[in-house]
Formats: sequence, structure tokens, C-alpha cells
Amino acid sequence: MPKITYVNVDGDQTSVDVPAGTSVMRGAVFNDIDGIVAQCGGNMQCATCHVYVDESTLDKLDPPQEQEDEMLGFTACPRRPNSRLSCQLKSSDALDGLIVHTPERQN
Amino acid sequence: MAGGAPPESVVVVGAGQGGYQTAASLREHGYRGGITLISAEDALPYERPPLTKAYLKGEADEAMLWLRPATYYVRQSIDLVSGTVTEIDPAARSVRLSDGSTYDYGHLVLATGATPRTLDVPGAELRGVHTLRTAQDAAALQSSLAGARRVVVVGAGFIGLEFAAVAREAGVRVTVVETLDRPLARAVSAYTAAHFTRLHRRHGTELLFGQSVKSLQGDSRSHVKAVELADGSRLPADLVLIGVGVTPRTELAAAAGLPVHGGIAVDSRLRTADPHISAIGDCAAFPQVRSGSRLRLECVQNAVGHGRSVAERLAGTSRAYDELPWFWSDQFSTTVQIAGFDEGHDSEVVLGTDPDAFSVLLFRGDDLQAVESVNRPGDHAAARRLLTQGTAPTPEEASAPGFGLK
Ligand SMILES: Cc1cc2nc3c(=O)[nH]c(=O)nc-3n(C[C@H](O)[C@H](O)[C@H](O)COP(=O)(O)OP(=O)(O)OC[C@H]3O[C@@H](n4cnc5c(N)ncnc54)[C@H](O)[C@@H]3O)c2cc1C
Ligand code: FES
Repeated sequence: MPKITYVNVDGDQTSVDVPAGTSVMRGAVFNDIDGIVAQCGGNMQCATCHVYVDESTLDKLDPPQEQEDEMLGFTACPRRPNSRLSCQLKSSDALDGLIVHTPERQN
Repeated sequence: MAGGAPPESVVVVGAGQGGYQTAASLREHGYRGGITLISAEDALPYERPPLTKAYLKGEADEAMLWLRPATYYVRQSIDLVSGTVTEIDPAARSVRLSDGSTYDYGHLVLATGATPRTLDVPGAELRGVHTLRTAQDAAALQSSLAGARRVVVVGAGFIGLEFAAVAREAGVRVTVVETLDRPLARAVSAYTAAHFTRLHRRHGTELLFGQSVKSLQGDSRSHVKAVELADGSRLPADLVLIGVGVTPRTELAAAAGLPVHGGIAVDSRLRTADPHISAIGDCAAFPQVRSGSRLRLECVQNAVGHGRSVAERLAGTSRAYDELPWFWSDQFSTTVQIAGFDEGHDSEVVLGTDPDAFSVLLFRGDDLQAVESVNRPGDHAAARRLLTQGTAPTPEEASAPGFGLK
């Protein structure tokens, strides 16, 4: 099963299995990992599931679609080139090994 | 303004979107006292929007609705109590549950939400007649839908229309009956409403406006078989969803002597008349900072924003609640997003010439009150920014050729 690694602001890492088709946001919520709020439940309405994708694993992802790109304008911590909404990142074999950093705050 | 010393303990009545958020935000803000979250539903706190969307379609199971897993509450020392609060004793600062147990509080937060209105007509209690508020309601509706051939939805609000869309996608015949002359009458402009009328009709849903229900008729096994309308016509139905709005759950507050004005009345810091009791989310009527008028909103943003605001105050910092409301709804492949709140507009400007992708700007005088975006997420995002920053355009500016929100 695809493994995703979450790194918090203190540098603590947690790797969990996230079933294919499940979002990187759900992977965190289900496994009780802090740092992702996901206020809108994955509907691309809130930007409180913001993550910074580790540069070393950025090439596993396709670029964001228009709505995700727009909502990235609402992140509580500054948007960077590697910013993504984790609810829009669907786990798959291609994402195995993805590393995401959770921001200091989400709202 | 300082909020004073944090209370020793916080009891939250209702573990929905707002109640959960209050507890979670209290811990985020470093609150160390006891937190008790009392839930009348026998489930971990969950989100309701998927109940008419992914969950109803069978694309998500119940665990997918959970806001957090059970381990979260243990780790955060949030005491989740299952039970119904039947009484508040403001003098003793305690609440009593239906099983007789009592909980003392330093501060009490009422996050009791709302209950669906039912129809006051003969036959309203027949089997096959549903309302939708809880995961349990949705599960019952889903299994009913699996065997249904003809569905009647009473009320063309968001819940009714979202359900109608899912039922149509499941291949069922659907008729929506609405007393007013258009859908979503209390929620969106006539322009946006017209889009939803076209959308549902295009998908084969029958929409009847200006019609009300006189009775529901049952078969020999007390299962609904038809809906009788005021004009005497009869619509065959084996499933009826009543989506005619909700009533805020204010009984506890009223019985405790707290003022209720269309919702539990609170001030700009979400405090009721009793300084030790706050109310938030769907059950609370709060003053809008801009206009001063009292509002009661039914959306995730409002419940979450209120929960966060109360938690900040109890943890020691206090400011008036002043968040921009926003809302979304998905029907078929259309998303409508609303930013702001329309308290009665006198002019509107439509952006976009595509009948299936546009934004409507609602003005009162020169003031932009709300923006409705249909399949224009970029406009919605921009509108939220402009309304929050107070840099919104006037009607003249918005009507200028080439104007865009972005
Ligand atoms: C089907 C559906 C779809 C929705 N879709 C959207 C959407 O797309 N977008 C959007 O923004 N909003 C949507 N909403 C609205 C949103 O879910 C609500 O506004 C939000 O849940 C309100 O949160 P709340 O905490 O005020 O109340 P609730 O979430 O309703 O929670 C209240 C809780 O309090 C409990 N309770 C009440 N009285 C007592 C008592 N005496 N003792 C103990 N517990 C008690 C109730 O059982 C309930 O669990 C939808 C709602 C529904 C029902
Ligand atoms: S959870 Fe709201 S945008 Fe991702």
C-alpha cells in the first residue's frame, strides 16, 4: 500500500499507509496526525489542509488544477511553489514515498 | 480586550461541527482545564455535508465522515460523553442528562444545532417519509432509496435539491414540490435560482412551484404511496423527503431563562445573557458586525468560526466575531459557492455570459454584500478576498466592460 510521510514543524515524522484513492488529507486525519485541519472535509473550500510537498518528492505529483490553485491563495501560512491542498492529492502507487511538511498553522 | 482568567472547566452540549471545533480549538490555544463534549448521537463527531453527497451515493462510509478518530479525544483529554442534556441549572452551573447524571461547568457552550421541520399534514408519520440531518437519517434514506422508483421531495432548498440530484443520478423518478415560485428562494438570487431550475429540469427532474402538500397517503402497510397537493392532484411516491428547513434547538436555553430571538441570542462575543454560557453555530442568533442585525446561519464556516472564536475567548483573548460567511453546495456536476451574506440587495451585476458558469454580485447601494458563483471557483476565491479586505467594487465599477473579480 502507498506510504505517505508527514513531517511536522518540529521535524517529527510519521509514515502511514494511505489506501489508493484516499486523499493525503484523510490519511492524516484517520491516523490522528496533527497539522491538517480540513475544515471543509475535502471539498476544496477551505485551504486548511495545506501542506508543503518535500522538494525531493515533488515530481510524483501533477500540477494543481485551477480551483486548487485559487484556493492556495487562502492558506494561513505563506504559499510556496511546493504548496498543495492535501485533500486534492489522491494516494496511488505513483505517490508511494511522498513526503509532506505540515505548516505551522492552518487558520 | 482581555477575556479574564480561563474557566476551570468547559462543558459543550452537542458534538457536531461547532461543538467539536470548540473543544479542538481550546486545546490548540493551550487550554488546560477539563473539556467535556456531550453528544446525543451515538457516534464520533462527524461532518454533515457529505450526507447529501458522497455518503448518500455510497462513495464514503461512516468513518469517512469522522472529524477525528477516537484516539484524538483520548490524546487531547477531551471527555466525550454520550447522552442528552435535559436541563441547565445556571445557578449551580451544572447540566443534567437524561440518565440523571450531572456535570458541573466553569463555562457552558451550547452547540445544539437544529432539527428538521416536519410537515403538519395528515400522513406525515407514514413509513417512507424522511427528513435528513444525521448520519442515521442518511443511512435510512440510502436504504429506502435503493428500493425506490418514485421520489417526491418537498421543499426546493439545498438539502432537497442535493438529495433530488443524487436520486436522479440513481435513475429514480423525482418530483420536487415547492410552495414558492423558485428554488433556493431564501438563499440565492433569482438569477442563480433560474440556473438551478434549468439544471434539474435538464436532468429530468420535475419541479413544481407554487404548490403545497395537503396530505400524504399510505398503503395498507402504512407505507407512503402518494403525495396529495393543495390543488387536488396526486403524485405517486414510495419515498418522500421533507426538506422544508430547520428549527434551531433552543429549548434548553429557553428553559434556563436565556433570551431566544430566532435562535439563542448572543452578543458579538457569542455570550448569552448569562456570562457563563455561550451559544454557537446553527442554534445561535448573533449580531452581524457590519449591519448590527441579528443573524442565524446554517453552514460549516459559521459553526467552525464560532467554535474557534469562543475557544479563543475562553483561553484568554477576546475579540468580536467578524468572519465572512461562505457556503457551497454540489448538485450534479455543478458547484455553487456563496461568499458573504445578502441582507436584501437592490442591484445585481452578473459576470460571465455562459449560462452554466457565472457569478452574481449582490449590492445594497454601493455595498457589495454577497457573491454567488456557479462553476467559477476563481471568482469565489477572489470574492472572499475582496469582501474580507473591504476592497470590493461598486456596482458602477463591476458593470464596466472587462471587469473581473480576479
Ligand atoms: C445533509 C446536510 C448537508 C449539508 N451541507 C452543507 C454544505 O454543503 N455546506 C455547508 O456549509 N453546510 C452544510 N450543511 C450545514 C452544516 O452541516 C451545519 O451548519 C453544521 O453542522 C452546524 O453545526 P452545529 O455544531 O451548529 O450543529 P450540528 O452539526 O447539527 O451539531 C449539533 C449536535 O448537537 C446535538 N444535540 C442537540 N441537543 C442536544 C442535547 N440536549 N444534548 C446533547 N446533544 C445535543 C445534536 O444531536 C447534534 O449532534 C449541511 C447540513 C446537512 C444536514
Ligand atoms: S479540506 Fe478543505 S480545501 Fe482541502
